[in-house]
Amino acid sequence: MQVVLDLDGLDALIGVLRQDGRVVVGPVLRDDAITLAELGSAADLPSGWGVGTGPGHYRVRRRQDTAVFGHSAGPQSWKRFLHPPRRALISSDPAGFHPVEDNAPDYAFLGVRPCDLAAITKLRQIVGGRAPFVVAAQCTEPGEVCFCASMGCGPAAGSGYDIALTERIDSTGHRFLATSGTGEGAEVLARVPARAASPDDVALAEQDVEAAANRMGRAMPELDLRDLLARNRDSAHWEAVAERCLTCGNCTMVCPTCFCVSVEDTTDLDGNAERSQRWASCFEIDFSYLHGGAVRTSGASRYRQWMTHKLGTWHDQFGTSGCVGCGRCIAWCPAGIDITEEAAALAGSEQP
Amino acid sequence: MTTWTPTPYQVVTRTVETHDSVTLVLRPVAESLPAFSPGQFAMLYAHGIGEVPISISGIPGDGTLVHTIRAVGAVSRALHDAGPGTVIGVRGPFGTAWQLDGAEDLLVVAGGIGLAPLRPVLGHPAKRTVLVAGARTRQDLLYQDELAGLSDVDVVLTVDHGDHDWHGRVGFVTEPLASIPLDPDRTTALLCGPEPMMRFCARTLLGRGVRAERIQVSLERNMQCGIGLCGHCQLGPLLLCRDGPVTGYPTAEPLLLAKEL
Repeated sequence: MQVVLDLDGLDALIGVLRQDGRVVVGPVLRDDAITLAELGSAADLPSGWGVGTGPGHYRVRRRQDTAVFGHSAGPQSWKRFLHPPRRALISSDPAGFHPVEDNAPDYAFLGVRPCDLAAITKLRQIVGGRAPFVVAAQCTEPGEVCFCASMGCGPAAGSGYDIALTERIDSTGHRFLATSGTGEGAEVLARVPARAASPDDVALAEQDVEAAANRMGRAMPELDLRDLLARNRDSAHWEAVAERCLTCGNCTMVCPTCFCVSVEDTTDLDGNAERSQRWASCFEIDFSYLHGGAVRTSGASRYRQWMTHKLGTWHDQFGTSGCVGCGRCIAWCPAGIDITEEAAALAGSEQP
Repeated sequence: MTTWTPTPYQVVTRTVETHDSVTLVLRPVAESLPAFSPGQFAMLYAHGIGEVPISISGIPGDGTLVHTIRAVGAVSRALHDAGPGTVIGVRGPFGTAWQLDGAEDLLVVAGGIGLAPLRPVLGHPAKRTVLVAGARTRQDLLYQDELAGLSDVDVVLTVDHGDHDWHGRVGFVTEPLASIPLDPDRTTALLCGPEPMMRFCARTLLGRGVRAERIQVSLERNMQCGIGLCGHCQLGPLLLCRDGPVTGYPTAEPLLLAKEL
């Protein structure tokens, strides 16, 4: 099903999803960044705001138009809803051990970019949980640190969405081509005021998304990254990265697929305990703690672990890459380390 | 999340093995877990303190679990100190088991607490079983009385540092491995101990003609979930809670050679 919505139609879409009892989450402008929060209406969307990104750089900026999805990946990802930063697992008291119910609401994610759509699929493959209703926003304006095209994750929305929107503002107005990806998506769309999509609407949307593929700020080198990383465990290049890496773990926190957690106990004065998981980073020194000390003490070994897992051994463990090309790790690295550049440098260091 | 919820077990007996190690026999309070195989591990939870992976060190077959625990950190210290009646949370069985199918001669090589996960194998009906076990000192050797009573296992014990009361071998476990009689075509070798020990033992065995595919090692990393979700136990491509701890040497060797992997 393909229809065209205007801004009121988008607002009606949010209304329908809320009527159905879903918590609708989407992009909002907050603290000089595009973050993710519950939407009450389309008025909450960051209309007219875009972003400028670069290595170690992220700034919101005013756009010339009123686009609501005219921004690339922000500091948060949908991970914080599907795999919260902290989650209780069990409680323990003298009567025994009790599972803590997962009381996550029925989410609808609106404005999911194709890179993040791929990330949601990869993350849910590991952490499971209830499937959210997904309204994707196809990418027509990639940023400086984006490389989803070279990871096969965009700029067109792949599988996994219920509805995909393509935003367009031109002389005929501000509108969204809406394509249903599931029966549920079609049912929701049928309840929203819209007009039928013309062949022109469809062709323009396709053209906009196709053009975006050629405007990516970056590209991952076209190599078998899994092999490259497996044969370069002892490369001197890791030391070169470690000279710049602060081992702060920002890359793992902003990554939409980094799923590692640590499990810890908290106790109260009555002797009851709760076990919970919290996001962990392979850059923490204690991450690899084994009786007697950490296995990975050097920055070089910890960067190698992160990058090798993300681009290489993720394939061995989950049958796919762990990277979707969203570029967050580049923008939010205080040292501006660029995973695409490091992959190219590693490959370059192999040349005789 | 039921996968995170431990099953309550109660300590039935606590046997002091060495100055820092005990063996606990645990009986289910109500429900019991599926049967464990030699080489697999459980996550043992000490209320309010935390959970650690501990291999099964005996399979009595009566529904009880047997674990030998060395006190090294807060959680293992609490488990070590747990007296009869204490309730411990158990999750498992997790991980891979020693592959004994088709094994003719079993060569079991253990260093320190590494003997615990190999103990259930000593009762396996092999044509010939040789145990080479080492420890830092006489006081660190596990199951000494039990090993002395084994009639169908050739036991070779060695300690790194001898004393006046030790009349056996002094030296690393690699030394007896270089000289004990073995038929490389019939030998399946099971190794558990510190990583350098396993690497040197494997190298010695390869040098004596034992095929790499017939050498198995038990590997350890920080395990916090046991179900491939927390990411801490990665060793290269492996999630050791799921793909290990027992790993074939052809897979393990390149991973053990990389520094800080």
